[in-house]
Parts: sequence; structure tokens; C-alpha cells
Amino acid sequence: MELVGTDAIPLRVAIIGSGPAAFYAADHLLKQDGLKVEIDMFERFPTPYGLVRTGVAPDHHKIKSVTKKFAAVASDPHFRFYGFVEFGKDIALSDLREHHHQILYATGAQTDKRLGIPGEELKGSHAANEFVGWYNGHPDYRDCQFDLSQERAAIVGVGNVAVDVARILCLTPDELAVTDIASHALEALSQSRVKEVYLLGRRGPAQATFTNPEIKELGNLADADISVLPGEAQLGDLSRAALEASDDRATRRKVEILQGYASRKPAGRTRQLFIRFLVSPVELLGNAAGQVVAMRLVKNALYQTEAGTLSHKATDRFEELSIGLVFRSVGYRGTPLPRVPFNERWGVIPNEKGRVIDLETQQPVVGEYCSGWIKRGPTGVIGTNKPDSVETVNCMLEDLAHGSILRPSEPEVSEMEQLVRERQSNYFSFADWLRLDGVEVENGRAEGRPRDKFTRVEDMLAALGR
Amino acid sequence: MKIESILAMKGLKVITARPDQSLKDAVDLLVEHDIGALIVVDELGQPVGIISERDIIREAARSEAVLARTVADVMTKELIVAAPQDDLGAVLQTMITRRFRHLPIVDQKRLIGIISIRDVLTVQLDKYQGEVDTLQTQISEGQD
Repeated sequence: MELVGTDAIPLRVAIIGSGPAAFYAADHLLKQDGLKVEIDMFERFPTPYGLVRTGVAPDHHKIKSVTKKFAAVASDPHFRFYGFVEFGKDIALSDLREHHHQILYATGAQTDKRLGIPGEELKGSHAANEFVGWYNGHPDYRDCQFDLSQERAAIVGVGNVAVDVARILCLTPDELAVTDIASHALEALSQSRVKEVYLLGRRGPAQATFTNPEIKELGNLADADISVLPGEAQLGDLSRAALEASDDRATRRKVEILQGYASRKPAGRTRQLFIRFLVSPVELLGNAAGQVVAMRLVKNALYQTEAGTLSHKATDRFEELSIGLVFRSVGYRGTPLPRVPFNERWGVIPNEKGRVIDLETQQPVVGEYCSGWIKRGPTGVIGTNKPDSVETVNCMLEDLAHGSILRPSEPEVSEMEQLVRERQSNYFSFADWLRLDGVEVENGRAEGRPRDKFTRVEDMLAALGR
Repeated sequence: MKIESILAMKGLKVITARPDQSLKDAVDLLVEHDIGALIVVDELGQPVGIISERDIIREAARSEAVLARTVADVMTKELIVAAPQDDLGAVLQTMITRRFRHLPIVDQKRLIGIISIRDVLTVQLDKYQGEVDTLQTQISEGQD
């Protein structure tokens, strides 16, 4: 049997998804000395980059610069981008197994976790990721409706996504106008009547998962005052002891920043942003029209678990917050892929260091791998996906060395290309994407913005004359 | 970051021993699976202790007939367990302060995994590397 990974038989790899985990994996594969590899990357939208395009906040332009690295990967002649080709619809797992030696799933975590409280389905109660997708021009969320005529909004959660949502609600039209926010969202947010925004954390300031640059940014908004209740900014005995024991400087600084906000006097700005701690919503209350009008909160207390975590438990003290708009931001979870094992509990593909594990046999599935959020869950920054993907690719290389790979009947690059053409004649190559990218940037330039995103697939196709 | 992030990438295999097994059996299991500790479970599968390579070495220093003894003789009975929702940072701190390197993970009274201090440190290292890479990308963009 001839050796796979050589000029005669290049290693054929299919990558599902085109976000950071997908591109870091492709990069690491292409960098291997002496390995001949041909990569096909499949993406259900015509546009690449996953959450860098549709998740990173529009005013965080620098973070998006990582796409330059990804574009450099895509320029490799041994890499092909198949945009607007959906796994499980246009291309089946069986097709990939006929054409590739290895298949890597890097589809991220596309749905949100629920609060599981009464009233969650009321009008005005949304998943934060729908709002994030909407303002970032994600085609799936293009037509979502958010009632921005409401004056009071609450975001449940104190991670960086929650902070993004709070900040976007508090930015002025002028601040938003210089970002790459989707035009429909720019228009709607410019008319927003939201005056008070609440960020709600179930634990204390030392346990909040937002990071320091994000929380500092909230203190520098042009037309929003930030407030923290002094009593909630103070650390209890357990938090103070844990912080002293760990000597975690980042957390110490985080607490200092929040305590600084607690002692700030409001400067009379148009909007007020309140960060609350040690509270959990237990019910959303609605009016006769089914619209959320209030949130019932329980005050929490901290306790230490056996393993040392400061967790929260409800007390018998409650309060009611008048609210017309609610965003839940308590985490993302992955969605199952057709015919691919899935751990429902954690919303990930069961795996060992990126090797997909069959749930029944508990053995690796030959030729199938995962990386990124669908592998480890939704944690870390964009760069965290790099060591994650490197770990997976190292497993792929190890398995290749041991001959534990798929044996495709049609490994030629041209055969896969032909199949894609048959199944999705409108597929986007990377060159097509670069043309679309050019049009978006050009359209944005006229308005002094980094780009004006296309938010409907049909508009993307039309922009390239299809 | 939570413990469940580590478990997601480790599979759900837990290698266990019974209290009445010999230390020879325990050593064989450690070598076979290339691991540093075994969770000791009773007949209902409930964790009742943990036995690590360190426990066995300590016992070997006392008596050369160590391998004939039972797991129950040597295991640590005061078992600290974690849940999938425990914070990684807090768990690491507990492992350092209380000087142990393996932690059983129990969910709804069921043993579902074990993590080592190496697992926790690897994830922490990846987290820092990721942050450094992200910052470097942004800095190089600022210099363009």
C-alpha cells in the first residue's frame, strides 16, 4: 500500500466550519514538513471566519485583524474553500468519507443555554446570541425583531458576550456609525429608547467571567454612566480569602475596577448601565399581551464547594425589576451534526484530545476529529483555538503515521470539486469571498465605515452577479 | 472555565479498582492505562477512596511485601470530589493547597471522570497561550 501524505497520494482532509478553530487546524496541517496535504474547507454560508465575522463585537475591530492570518492560510494552493455548502444537506458524511482520509469538525457552539425559568418564552425575552447575530449581520438572525422602544433592558450573565450586548445597547449612534455593525442594526439602534441596562451576575464580582479590558471599556462610554451597588462590589469573607490564597492579580484588578465604579457619581449621561451581583432571575413576568414587563430576582449567597469553587445558592430575599427587554447570556452550546456522535449534556462532540469517540464502544471513530468549541465547549478567546487545534492535528498526524485513516475511493481533489459543483452550483470559492469582501469594504468606505456587510445569502449571490 | 471543559476532551472512561484487590492488581492497572491514580469504588460503583502512585511508593518504603496488601489498606479514604460545574482556577488552588494531584468528578452522585493536575495545568497553559497569541495579533495589526 502506498504511503498517504506523499506527492503520489496527498493526505485529503475535510474541515467542516471556517471559524478560528478550522483555520488554525488548516494552518498547522499545511505547515508540516514533508507532508503533502490537500484541504477542503466547507462552510454553510458564502462568508468565512465564523464568530470572528458574526460574534466579535462590531466596535472591536482590532480583534478581527486575525482574519488576515486566516486569509493567508486560504491563499495556499493546497487549500480550497467551499462556501455556501452545508454539511448534512449539500454534502453528506458518506460523501466526505469517499473523498477524504480525515474529517475535522470545527462547527463551534451555535445555540444558547436556557435559563429554565417561567416566563422565558414571553415577548421581549431573547437569547443574547440572536441579538449578537442580528447586529453582526448573521443571515440566520437577520430578520429577528428586538423591541428597542423599551426603556429598560436586562442581560442575564456577566461574561464577555453579556458585556458586548450591554455596550452595544449603550453606544451612541455616532459611536456605532464608525463600526462594521450591520446596517439594519445601526438604523434600529440609532432609534433605540433604551435608557437603563442591567447586567446580572449570579455570583460576586470576583467570580464574574468578563475580562478586565472589557469591563474597563464600560467605564469609558461616551453617553452612559456605569453603576455598581457599593454593597455588591464588596467582597464577602469567602471571596476575600480565596483571592488572598490565589494571589490572582487579574481578579484583584477586576474587583478594584468594579469598586471604582461603585464609588463613581453619575455624570448625568443619557443612559445608565448597572452591574448587579449575587442575583438570579427566578421568573419573568408578563402583561396581558404576553410581553415581559418585569423580572423577579432572588438574592444569592456564596458557599464553597468541596473542590474549592465559590458557588451560589438562593436566599429567601427577592426583588422585582421592571424590565421590557431581556437577553439571556449564560453560555453557548454546540448542535449535533448528522451521523456524528454528540454529548447532549455538554453540547460537544465526545472526544479524546480531538479524536471523536463513539458513544457506544467508547473507542475513537477512525478518521473523524473535532476542534474548537464543538470539542471543548465555549471557552477562551480566539487564540485559545490555536493550541486546541494543534492538539487535534497532532492526533491526526499520529493516526496517519499508524495508518489509522479512512480509505477513500475517490481521493482526487478534482472529484470532490466536481461533486460540490453538482450539489451546489452557487458555491463560493475563497476568490469569490475575496470579491464579496471587496464589495463590502467599498460599500462601507462611502459611509466612513470599515465595511457594510451583506446580511442575506441572496444579496451575497447577487453581488457576484448570480 | 469549568471542569466540564476538561472532561469534554478526556472521554468518560474512568479506571477504577475495588477495595479488596491487591496492590499488584492496582499497579498493573496504572501501568496498563499509563495513569497515576485509580478511583476505588464499592460494589455499587460509588467512590470510596483513591489510590495514587504516591500512596503505593510511600507504602513500599515501609514494607517490601507491599504488593500483597490490598487497595483498601493503602488508599486515601478522605476523598475530595469535584463537580463538572466547578471552576478550574478554584480547583487548581485546592489541589495545590491540599497537595493532591488527582480529583474524581462526580455528577448527580455518579462517578463520571477523573482529572489530574496535569490536565488542569495544560488547559490553563493553552488559555494563556491563546491570550498571548490574540494580543500579539492585535499588536501587529496596530503596527501595520
